[in-house]
Order: sequence, then C-alpha cells, then structure tokens
Amino acid sequence: MIYLTLFWTFFKIGAFTLGGGYAMLPLIQAEVAAHGWMSGAELVNFVAVSESTPGPFAVNISTYVGAETGGIIGAVCATAGVVLPSFIIILIVAKFFEKFKNSRTVSGCMSGLRPAVVGLIASAVISVGRTVFLPWNGLTAFLASGGIFGLSLLLVFRKLHPIIVIVISGVLGIALGYAGVF
Amino acid sequence: MRFKTLSRLFFTFMKIGAFTFGGGYAMIPLIQREIAEKRGWITEEDILDIFAIAESTPGPIAINAATFVGLRVCGFAGAFLATLGVVLPSFVIIGLIAFVLRQFQDIRAVRWAFSGIRAGVLALIVKALASMYGQCPKSGLSYTVMALAFVAVAFFKVNVLLVIALCAAAGLAVAMTAERRSGT
Repeated sequence: MIYLTLFWTFFKIGAFTLGGGYAMLPLIQAEVAAHGWMSGAELVNFVAVSESTPGPFAVNISTYVGAETGGIIGAVCATAGVVLPSFIIILIVAKFFEKFKNSRTVSGCMSGLRPAVVGLIASAVISVGRTVFLPWNGLTAFLASGGIFGLSLLLVFRKLHPIIVIVISGVLGIALGYAGVF
Repeated sequence: MRFKTLSRLFFTFMKIGAFTFGGGYAMIPLIQREIAEKRGWITEEDILDIFAIAESTPGPIAINAATFVGLRVCGFAGAFLATLGVVLPSFVIIGLIAFVLRQFQDIRAVRWAFSGIRAGVLALIVKALASMYGQCPKSGLSYTVMALAFVAVAFFKVNVLLVIALCAAAGLAVAMTAERRSGT
C-alpha cells in the first residue's frame, strides 16, 4: 500500500526534523534510497530545487516524492505525514507553554540535540560530497566540480543569496558541459 | 467576526508560505511584519517565544510557527487553517515541478547544469554546518556528541532516529547529573 508507506515514512521524517532541513538529509537519503524512490544525486538536485522555491525542505521533498510515486493522492499523503507530527506536538506544547519553556528536561534534551544536529549536517556534507566527487568521470570533471564548489563556497560566505549561488553554479555546469568537461 | 479572522489567518500564512524561499528562519521577518505589526495578533515578545519553541520541538520551523500562531489567535480551527495555508503554496509549486522536472531531466544541458548545481549545493550545506556549529554551545558534551553522531551516521550507517534519541538522552543524563551534584 504505497499511500500508507508514503504517509508513515514522511511521518517519521516530520517527527524527527530538527534544526532546519539539512540535518535531516541523512535520514531522508536513507529512507528514499531504501524504498528506491530517488538516487543520491537526484536528492541533491532536489535540494537545489527546494532552495529556489518557497517552503520548508521537509515539506517540499515529501510533496515531490509523494507526487512522483503516487500522483496527487501520494503527494497529499506524504505531505500530511510530514506536517502532522509538528502540528500535534505544537497543539500539546502550547497547552503547557510556560512549563515547557522552563522545563529542565527539555533544556537537557536540547543540550544533546543541538550538537547532534551539527554532527548530522557534517555527515550530510560527506554524503553530498560523495555525489559531487565520487562518480569518477576523470580528473578534469573532478577538478571542475572542485572549482565550482570552491567558488560557491566563497560566494556563500560572502552572504550571496543561495538562489544566486545555485544559478551561477548551474550556468558554470552548462558552460563546462559544452566545453566537454562533464 | 470569527470567520473573518480565520480567513485572514489562512491567507496571511499562505502569503508567508509563498514568499519564504528556503523556509525556516527566512520567515521570521515576514511573520513579524504580517502577524505582529500589521494585524496585531501577537506581540513581538510572543514571536521570540514561538521561535524558541519551534526550534526545540521537532518539525519544520514554518509548520511549528504557523500552528502555534493559529492556535493563539483562533484555537484549533486557526491552527489548522494557518498550517494548511503555509503548506499550500509549496505543495502546489512542487506538484507542478514534479510534473515538469522528469521531462527535462534527460536533456543534456539540464544534466550539466545539475552537475554544477550539486557542487553549489555542497557549498550551501557547508555554510549551514558552519552556522549551526557557531550557534551550538561549546562544551565537552557538545564536542563528544557532535563527533559521535557524525561518525555513527557518516561512516557506520547507524539509524538516524536512534542517533537523535541517544543524543537527547545523553544531554538529559548529563544535565541531571550536573543538577544532582550541585544540589548535594
């Protein structure tokens, strides 16, 4: 039952999404790969699509995977799945707002979760790095990817908007493609 | 009156959903303007609380904030409509993109573009890593958890949900031990 699988998979992802979308890349990658929904490279392509369109990454990826595997109903099931945990949790937390805000249990858990998010994003760097550099297409392609990465890094830390960085790296990719590098 | 507030909630969050590229923190200024300044539904102080909570509960920040503001303003119906509103724009846009993306994926130029874009995305993620590291409190616990979570997920393919649960438990255990020590 594809709809139930979509709903449950993205329910889990929604329930554990912490600190912005990128921390969840390793989890999403493991889930979509296990179901054969998307390859690693396709997932990284979609990160770019998601950065260039409105909405949180978790919602965008669930809608996309849902639509790809189960049409409109699939998209609804996956998106409902990813949204529902936070919806329910906030309804509960709002009731005990003051208690929650000053809870030592919550702040204790958070002191472990914050560094966990850093570790998870670091492993996302490794897995995305693999899709960029590891399909070995020769030294020139490797150096070209390295060059685009280096330039993008410079632009990103100069606080250029992500969409501009994506456009520039895309244009460079096309130019290098015509030059026979990729 | 209630109907008017509800439809306003829905459309305001639809606007917020349609204009926050990348999601998350990008929507803080927009929420501030639309919900606090323009409508006066909540105070500026509430906004800080909302984002503190949205950060420390699971789920995308945009969804958490929409649910929380909607609930504050108009109860359960408000929470439902605000959340629906914030999700709807990206749902429609991504639905359309899913339809076109597959058609274009095999074009040579698109493939090349994405080869470059993946390298750009890697840079975006490195930036996210740097800023999350900057926000993270520096302590022995932090460094240990960071390193263990990284190694477990990147090299040993340990289940991410398990890693998250263990990290939360470790943080809680350390906090409770410290409390007990200072208590006695």
